[in-house]
Amino acid sequence: MLLTGAEIVIETLAEQGVDVVFGYPGGSVLEIYDALYKSDKVRHILTAHEQGAAHAAEGYSRASGKVGVALATSGPGATNLVTGIASAFMDSIPVVFLTGNVPTSVIGKDSFQEIYIAGITMPITKHNFIVRKIEDLADTIRNAFTIAMSGRPGPVLVDIPRDISQATTEYIPEHARTPKPLPRIFRDDLRLAAQAIYEAKRPMLFLGGGVVSSNAAAVVKKFIKRTDMPVCHSLMATGILKTNDPYNMGMVGMHGSATSAHAVQKCDLLVTLGSRFSDRVATNARQFAPNATIIHIDIDAAEIDKTIHAGIGLVGDIKSVLTALLPLIEQKDCSDWRNELTEYKNSNEYRPAENKNVLVPKTIIETLWKKFSKEAIMTTDVGQHQMWAAQYCNSGRSRSFLTSGGLGAMGFGYGASIGASFACPDRRIIHITGDGSFHMNIAEICTAVTYSLPIITVVLNNEALGMVRQLQHVAMGDRFSTTIHGRKTDFAAVARGFGAQGFTCRTQKEFLKALEAAKQTLDRPTVIDCTIAQELLVLPMIPSGKSAADIITE
Amino acid sequence: MKGRDEMGKTENNIVTVLVENNAGVLARVVSLFGRRGYNIESLTVATTKDKRTSYITIVVNGDKDILDQIIKQVSRLEETISVRPLEESRALSRELLLIKFAINDKTLTSIHEISSIYGATIVDLAPDTMIVELTSNTSKIDAFLSIMKKYDIIEICRTGVTALERDSQKLK
Repeated sequence: MLLTGAEIVIETLAEQGVDVVFGYPGGSVLEIYDALYKSDKVRHILTAHEQGAAHAAEGYSRASGKVGVALATSGPGATNLVTGIASAFMDSIPVVFLTGNVPTSVIGKDSFQEIYIAGITMPITKHNFIVRKIEDLADTIRNAFTIAMSGRPGPVLVDIPRDISQATTEYIPEHARTPKPLPRIFRDDLRLAAQAIYEAKRPMLFLGGGVVSSNAAAVVKKFIKRTDMPVCHSLMATGILKTNDPYNMGMVGMHGSATSAHAVQKCDLLVTLGSRFSDRVATNARQFAPNATIIHIDIDAAEIDKTIHAGIGLVGDIKSVLTALLPLIEQKDCSDWRNELTEYKNSNEYRPAENKNVLVPKTIIETLWKKFSKEAIMTTDVGQHQMWAAQYCNSGRSRSFLTSGGLGAMGFGYGASIGASFACPDRRIIHITGDGSFHMNIAEICTAVTYSLPIITVVLNNEALGMVRQLQHVAMGDRFSTTIHGRKTDFAAVARGFGAQGFTCRTQKEFLKALEAAKQTLDRPTVIDCTIAQELLVLPMIPSGKSAADIITE
Repeated sequence: MKGRDEMGKTENNIVTVLVENNAGVLARVVSLFGRRGYNIESLTVATTKDKRTSYITIVVNGDKDILDQIIKQVSRLEETISVRPLEESRALSRELLLIKFAINDKTLTSIHEISSIYGATIVDLAPDTMIVELTSNTSKIDAFLSIMKKYDIIEICRTGVTALERDSQKLK
């Protein structure tokens, strides 16, 4: 059938199983939006800003495991996507970004709204394409999906000049693409790993984001049962195990638990699943797990030996590798080692001061999990609130804690919440933010109002840019340069101004009341502004470059 | 098992990369080197006998760990067909040097003589200048340049290394 390029874009997206696209129209994508208007195959969600669309697409993917799609016009539309593209890249999230561009005849002439987005996004995409011939359009979009979802997932950008959208060619539908075959797993490596696990006296399992992207939570739980190993996790693997799971020693790294830091120091084997040992995990790579042999299982060969030398490196998909490894492992008993760690936890773990009269982050996050339990998907922005949300995340379910880990992009959360809402319409999206982060993309409330999304935003409001303030406390002699901002924003009033519901809370009682109202409100978003003390710190903390021995707990 | 504190010595390594000959592919490879902080000593690129592929020869300075990472990272690029380090003993490498001298009656003869010893040829001779061409491996070119330092050099231009493996194995 003879179609225009714009129609081919929509047909190809539909053929690839895309049901929703987040985007913002503009001159270079006029024809694509016209094709969207005429078709009912793909739903388009209009955000307030292209950054919101980019975060929504990655939020959609993080929550569902499917490839997210965002669409923007040339020039500023494309550049506004960049933070979302980088966020997806750093956390290995499969997203296809489509951008319009000026017609090929005027490319390179500094035309209106012309930007070389392929050049800009080269280091933050797995791959990108500029479509130069209409005949290549459908296959290029299909290849973008294959690349995004294959191997280590990631974002792919397809730049479509306007004359390509306008031209016509023959379109033949195809089946949805599937990921490329997984790398072969070597039996010898599996045997080595099984032997090391068998011999280890103090083994530790370390879960990274790869467990989430390979949908391996179920087999990981079997692996834990079989090996009886205590577990720690990176920020990206938050939520897979509940915080109160007896095997879970907590997050590891800069704001990880004291028990995990201790356990990683003491263990003789660290079985690492899909983590890249970022500088926020291995704050000092040379002193990380100093007594351990490291088994590193990762889909990306380039991660093995990149930061930490692995004694045993296994390249492969976590789910497939563990499935192949399980039959080689006998039931193990690590109860002595686990009891030792549990004792350590009981006597040495950091516990924040309780205060019944005011709101404290721990109580807020725990209350949310009590109220919504497994039904909730928690999204965060970036800063102190993000770390508190991670420390007390009691989900127990994969893909239920969505956060911008590698890039650490403030303003991620609301867009991600919108994306998650469309990925999982039957679940409740709880957006944890701070007064700094929320200001960044607060305009996206309008999107949630337009589409009647009952997103619940909880602002941990300390009237400061808290994480930087904390760093200034630790490293800059309490010189709080610009971080105590003096803003007077009434978030509840702003929410109402957008057509959402808004509450301000100073006590747990007020919070519970607001939360109940939010739970009952299913046709629009709610913002609950919670006042917390300004001087609260995220603890424990291992400063950059330091090791577990330098952990700060007060 | 490798020691975690093992620090290799830095040296120049030749890495050969076979890539799809698409627009922007060189930019992608170079961008990767820039982003990861790898130091390119020289780089040459040209299409192969198959016009759909290009052959990039990169000389990069680094230790074994860096070389290992470079190979893995370049392999990750979608347009990379294969990446291979070239061991020095198996590599046949060449680069081309063009060097322009300001000359007078005295220096003309001695530049000519030294050039002959090195197998360099005079490719341009004008009343006050001459251009000498030398195709050889990097160390010989370096040696030639260090001897020629004392003459009045106007300009130097060298292409960087291009290399093939000595036996008949294909890069694929």
